[in-house]
Amino acid sequence: MSGRWLAGKVVAALVTFAFVLVFNFFLFRIMGDPTTQLAKLPQSTPEEIQRLRHDYGLDKPLLGQFADYVGDTSRLDLGLSQRSRQPVWDEIKDALPWTLLLVGTGTLLATLIGSWMGVVAATRRGKKTDDGLLGFSLFTYAAPEYWIGIILILVFAVWIPIFPTGLQVTPGVEFSGFFANAWDVAKHLVLPATAMTLMLLGQYFLIMRSSMVDVLTEDFITVKRATGLPWERVVRRHAVPNALLPLVTLSAIQFGAVVGGAITIETIFSWPGLGELSFQAIQDKDFPVLEGTFLVFSAGVILANLLADCLYFYLDPRVQSA
Amino acid sequence: MSGEQAGAAVEVLAQPEFRDEPGTVRELLLGTWRGRIGLAVVGIFVFMAVFGKAIAPYNPDASSLDVLAPPNIHHLLGTTENGSDVLSQVLVGARVSIIVGFAAAAISAVLGSAVGLVGGYFGGWTDRGLDALENWFLVIPTLPLMIVLARILSPSLTVLIVVIGLTSWAGTGRIVRAQVLTLRERAFVERARALGAGDGYIIRKHILPNTLPLIFANTVLIVAVAILSEAALSFLGLGDPTRISWGTMLENAFESGAPSAQAWWYVIPPGLCITVLVLAVSMLGYLFEEHVNPRLRENR
Repeated sequence: MSGRWLAGKVVAALVTFAFVLVFNFFLFRIMGDPTTQLAKLPQSTPEEIQRLRHDYGLDKPLLGQFADYVGDTSRLDLGLSQRSRQPVWDEIKDALPWTLLLVGTGTLLATLIGSWMGVVAATRRGKKTDDGLLGFSLFTYAAPEYWIGIILILVFAVWIPIFPTGLQVTPGVEFSGFFANAWDVAKHLVLPATAMTLMLLGQYFLIMRSSMVDVLTEDFITVKRATGLPWERVVRRHAVPNALLPLVTLSAIQFGAVVGGAITIETIFSWPGLGELSFQAIQDKDFPVLEGTFLVFSAGVILANLLADCLYFYLDPRVQSA
Repeated sequence: MSGEQAGAAVEVLAQPEFRDEPGTVRELLLGTWRGRIGLAVVGIFVFMAVFGKAIAPYNPDASSLDVLAPPNIHHLLGTTENGSDVLSQVLVGARVSIIVGFAAAAISAVLGSAVGLVGGYFGGWTDRGLDALENWFLVIPTLPLMIVLARILSPSLTVLIVVIGLTSWAGTGRIVRAQVLTLRERAFVERARALGAGDGYIIRKHILPNTLPLIFANTVLIVAVAILSEAALSFLGLGDPTRISWGTMLENAFESGAPSAQAWWYVIPPGLCITVLVLAVSMLGYLFEEHVNPRLRENR
């Protein structure tokens, strides 16, 4: 039945997230017990360390510690950043919208442009256009996205200075209104979003191309063609809608790559999102922040997978009847 | 698109593609143009990895006063922010990419095939447990996971290899498991079991040999992933601090403000090397994969 299929997916997502919590707990609490670092200081006495362990709850049994950890996490208490002494969740909350803006723009553009390129290539299979698009997408797929980003800065921010080299808004400027502010953000978004788009484009292109090639060989296309419908109409109204389905699955699989790209691209462009936050945490060995961003990234990917499954369920009647 | 083109497209699509069936790995590598190009490019980079230090015109670590100089007769690819020779660094940097790429892929192949073989062959709760583990590794975003692991252990070449190997085996595991599930039910396995062969013997003599081509093709693709992962980790400052790699070159170039100095000669070569090597390795990987799984060829 259909409901059970969805329920199964939800349970699987929850189990995966539970695994993430266990993994996070062991990795950071056990391997990175903060008192082992303190014990190395010459002035720390055993009594002091004992007191600290008690304060942190580290003298409790393991299961009790884990329960504390799950409780804290569900209250979004992710500890304090070692660098800023601010709650980790506050830092994540400030960074999240910027990442969503960058990732959303990049994914949207990559889906649109990539699938359009895929349709063009599939209908001209084996021609020069097809080869050219294939070569271009393979290149952008293999090229590190941060390298592309640096080249974009070099060309479009330094050599021909039409876009800013980084940050999300021009610092120290009072904007006259919402639109002036949004326009400034948009200008800052162009280069990082382009890097993100180029990084994701290749996969969407390849999947759409092969999906279109499959659909175009099916009998109903030949039949439509035989009824005298113009070719453009057959492609647009009958082939493309049927070829779109694999893109839904891909966008979920891509989400892991998107997160990776967010880290490197935000670093390059000093874009104040979760990726830049993680990069700072790597530099400062700020484990609570690193732990928090890892948790949010994992939750995001799990959620995206679940959403893609739901969308697939909604779009493909075969899944529902199965 | 015109009707004529459309007709031609339909005609092309309707025709089954007949190709020569290249038999062995040797024939695949030498008999197809993709194989030859891929092999040649990978060969050049392996040569650089082995002899890079010897053929480098300068000591790649040696600094000079000639800072961020554009390409000239002394420095064919210009100099870095410390006045080191970019060409020498690029030549030496191949070693880390090649070592990490192949070693991490080897770890991933061993882990993936072990998990896939055991889970697929024995089934039941073993399989369910291993499958859950595989699923977890497939869903969790890889780069953050690698970052977390690499940051907790301190950066070195071994750590890079282990971390990348540990996080990239799940795909192989999934593919091997699927193959083993079909092999397990085949008549020749049944026959061997009826004749009293043990599980270890059947896996070694019947299952593994029939899975190896698949594992091999998949591992070649993992090499490309591992090379990209090493570069990304090194770029984020989690590389081996004692070795020059293309990723650390890009990190240094970026941190030292090479983009603002328009030092394209410092930025382009390391990234281009990564891209070309990854393209060549992937090309070989897809070639082997298509050979193992002919269904993939239909879409080309």
